[in-house]
Formats: sequence, C-alpha cells, structure tokens
Amino acid sequence: MTTQTARPTAAAGPPPSRRRRRSGRTRAASATRSGVFHLFSATAALLFLAPLIHTALNSLKTPEEANARPPTWFPESLSLANYSALATFGEGIGTYLLNSLVLSGLSVLFTVVACVLAGYGFARFTFRGRNLLFGTTLLILMVPYASLLLPLYIVIGWLGLQNTVVGVALVLTMFQLPFGVFLMRNAFEAIPREIEEAALVDGASSLGALFYISLPLVAPAVATVGLFAFIASWNEFLAPLIFLTGADSHTLPIVLTSIRGGAYGAVDYGALQAGVVLAVVPTLVIYLLLQRYYVAGLTGGALRG
Amino acid sequence: MPRQQHRRGTLTRRPATGWLFVLPAALIVLLLFLLPLGVLIAMSFTDWPLLGGPEPTGLDNYTSIPQNDLFIGAIAFTLLYTALATVLIFGISFVLAAISASPRRGAKFYRTAFFLPYVVGTAAAALIWYAATNPQTGVMERLIQAVGLTDGTFGFLATPDKALWTTLSLVVWKFIGFQVVVLVVGLQSVPPELHEAARVDGANAVQRLRWITLPFLRPTLALLLVLSITGSLLAFDQFYVLTNGGPDRGTVTLVYAVYQTAFTSFDLGRAAALSVVLLLALVAINGLQLFALRRRED
Repeated sequence: MTTQTARPTAAAGPPPSRRRRRSGRTRAASATRSGVFHLFSATAALLFLAPLIHTALNSLKTPEEANARPPTWFPESLSLANYSALATFGEGIGTYLLNSLVLSGLSVLFTVVACVLAGYGFARFTFRGRNLLFGTTLLILMVPYASLLLPLYIVIGWLGLQNTVVGVALVLTMFQLPFGVFLMRNAFEAIPREIEEAALVDGASSLGALFYISLPLVAPAVATVGLFAFIASWNEFLAPLIFLTGADSHTLPIVLTSIRGGAYGAVDYGALQAGVVLAVVPTLVIYLLLQRYYVAGLTGGALRG
Repeated sequence: MPRQQHRRGTLTRRPATGWLFVLPAALIVLLLFLLPLGVLIAMSFTDWPLLGGPEPTGLDNYTSIPQNDLFIGAIAFTLLYTALATVLIFGISFVLAAISASPRRGAKFYRTAFFLPYVVGTAAAALIWYAATNPQTGVMERLIQAVGLTDGTFGFLATPDKALWTTLSLVVWKFIGFQVVVLVVGLQSVPPELHEAARVDGANAVQRLRWITLPFLRPTLALLLVLSITGSLLAFDQFYVLTNGGPDRGTVTLVYAVYQTAFTSFDLGRAAALSVVLLLALVAINGLQLFALRRRED
C-alpha cells in the first residue's frame, strides 16, 4: 500500500500535459489530424451510447410498434403505453421499484455507518486485534462473492433474516466493507488529530469529536462510499435472486428478468425495454451528477497496489 | 499489509473505545464472512439437500467432481470466456484510453461515453442485448441483413459459439469503461518532463511509449489483468439473463454450475465443494498478484 487513495478533488484533475506547438507541421495538416481523431472517436462514442439510446427510443414506441416484426429503426409515433403496461406485471412495477429503492437505501445506510465508524476506529485508536480485524476485513476481497452466497443463505436463515430486505442489505454491506473501511480509514488518517484534540480537551466525547469535527472534513469520502454502495446494490442481481424469493419482494433486475423469461406470458419487448430504462436511469443520473466522487473511488480503490 | 506504525492515541482515550467504533463492522465480518466461510467448508463434506438436514459424507463431494460433466464443461467454457474477454478488453481499452487521455477538446465527452455503460447493471445490460438480438423484433437482425451479411435469420444466440460472442460484445461494452478510466489515470501519472526530456534527446513516439509510458503503466496493467481474470472467472449475471446457459448448456460458467447445483438440483453439499474449489483457485490467483506486487516493491 504505497500510494494512498486519491482525494476526490485530485482525481478528476486536469490532464498534466498541455498541447505543444509542433514545428514543421502546417495548420492544415494538424486540422486533418484533428478531423480524423474526432471522426474515429465520435464513432466509437456513438457505438457505446447506441444501446442506451436505442433502448430509450424503443421504450417510447407504441406497444404494437415495439413488438413489430421486422422492427422499425426509429419510433414512428411516441407513446408512454409501454410504461403504463408495466403496472400490470406481477404486483405492479411500483412495488418492485420500491423494493429496489429500500434495498439500496438500507445497504447505503448500513455501509456508511459501519465504514465511517470502523474507519475512524482504525485511524484513531490502537487496540488489541486491530491489525487482525483490518486484515480480515480486506480478506473479503479475496473470496469470490458467489461462493459465499450459498453458506450465507444458511446463516441468514439462522439469524432469522431469510427473505427479508434487511438480510440482503447486510450481505451487500459485507461485500462493500473492504473498500469502504479502507477508504474511510485513509480519509480520517489524512486529518491531523490535533484538530480533534482541541475538542477533546474542551470535554467533547470521542463520538462527538468524530461527528462535529472530523466527519464534515471527510464528507467527500463518505459520498464515494455511499455512491458505490448505492450503485452496487441497485444493480445487484444474484443476492436478491437467491435471498428474496417472495413474489412481492423481487427487485427490479429480477422482475425484468422474469419478463424476459416469459413469467408474464409472451415477452412484451416494449414493456421490457421500458423497465430497463427505469432500471438504468437512476444510476446514470446519479453517476453524471456525482462523477467526481465515483471516479475518485474507482481509481483510489483500484490503484492501491 | 505493511503500514507505518501509528502514533498512540492521547491518554484520555481507553483502548475499549476503539473496539466500540469498529464493533458494527467487526460483527458483520464475524457473522457474515467468517461464519459463512466456516459453514461453506463444513457443508462441502456433507450431503445437504436444500430442504433437510446435512449428512456427513467425507470427501465424496470432492472425489465426484471429475465425473461432474456440468462442472467440467463449465471449467472449459469459463477459461475460454476469460481468455477471450481479457484479450478483447485489453486490446480495445488501449485505443479508447488513448482517445480519452488526449489533450484535444472533446476527449472528456468521449471518456464519459465509454464509461457510462459501466454504471448500468449487468442484468439490465443483458436485457438490452436480449431485446436487440432476438430473431423476431431485435434491431440487430435487421441491421445485419441491411448490411447484407446474411439473407435469413442470423440467430445471435442460436449456437453456443454465437451466444458466446454475443455475450462477449455485451461484456466489452459493459466493463471496458472501468479499464479505460484506470488506464487514463495511469497515463496521467507519467511525469510530462520525462517525455519532454526524451524528445529533446531525439526519442521518437514508439521509443517513448516503450521506455517511458509502459514502465510507468506496468503496475496498473498487472492490476487490471488480475481484475479482468478474476472478474471473468466469476461471470454469472450476463449468462443467466442473456443466454440462460444455453443453447445445449453450452454457455454454463463455473458460478452458473454452482448456482444450478444448489438451487436447481438442491444439492448444497456438492455445490459447496464446487465453491471451495472456485475459492481456492481465486485465492491462488490473488496470492500470485500480491507476490508479484511485493517483489516489485523490494
């Protein structure tokens, strides 16, 4: 662990090299090169955006057009009928949206609370078993997610949490711990403890010092941890598939997959793609709004080698 | 994890306070990580139907693995998939990283476009592909016929080979953004003065790439390689949603085989043994990575 987590402000920083004037090249040649660059890059970017744009456009076709054979390239008329059709699947799409939201909300809450407290404890205190616990937490990264879900299914039952959102949220929290604890510990370590000591001398408790003095200073790291927990649990597929088996407790990705599997009769492609839009838009919007924190976590978490 | 020694806290703080702070995380680690890990290993030595109690069976679940066609087939398929996905993602990500790291105007927009699919859930992404490639209403069939590549139905998921390549296109689209962003950060860590100095000394672009950029990127590349391999070995969602493991069980991955053994065949003991094998393989790969990283630091 030689390089520390990038601070959110530094991560999205400016490219370090400015363009340099090259002698011997005419303005026209450089314009040609620039044109080739943008032609190629824009084509590549369009290829990456096309599946999202195509799905959004399809979801706005009329149900008949969305299921037309052969398909039309672009909508001939716009309609929201595919979205209203989603209300008739199973318990209605609202239930599943709410399930996804509750699961993500709980797992963000659990993750942030556990990681902030633990990060602070690891950064500020020495206690017996500290290094062992920190190492064990990081060890979670080594264990393949899928192979733990099976015994977790049993353990969650022992804890009386089978088929509950709280159980799944706790499982998802466990998988977020190594990243979150590591990030929060580094964030707290970057704050000089003298700042807190002044408050402690004035009679504040440890928890008070954490809350009123340090927490505001590590807000960007908290945002990163929460953002990762949200996107991971909103998109999570395997854990809710295994743990949430009640017909009314499915999350959005699971119920969309049931539509594809024909659980509600012949596959309605219009409704399916409308559902995909509902599943995708929240993460896209949140990412575009909080890009800074997301990229900071991504590179800080990934480049810790 | 080698870290420098920490200064001791002030005397007013008792060690027990530290434990109180880490307690929630410690409970989660104990109950939802260490305990299940122990249960997994214990399970693997039993015959455990999903609805019913465990019966100890010794090593049977392990010794029967070589006769388990589903799992053996899954090993071969997962290795093939991992190799192809890693090569494709590495090859293409260099081009996209070069675009994204360019100082030209618009590079940031291109980088965002390449990265956006990464925040799309794998299941949702697989459903986009499913809708686009289905033979009746999918736009890809119409596209490939319009280009003139085929007269009849192409069938993007019709054979195991086609299903594999269709899934690979999905995986490249969905996951490459992560690699591009990490590569860009790696590229930006190269001090520009080095390039400047080399240019003054007469080094051309290829020489600068070989002797300056690549040595700086080596740790990044090693990390990305391990992440790509371990991630691909654990592939599940995209195959479950897009191909359903078919056709002819031709796209069943390791995790898929574990899932089917546990929740379709209801054979938890055997599924646990398969999980342990998978776990050991992954730990070995991660261990190799740590070993390589440590050696470089010396």
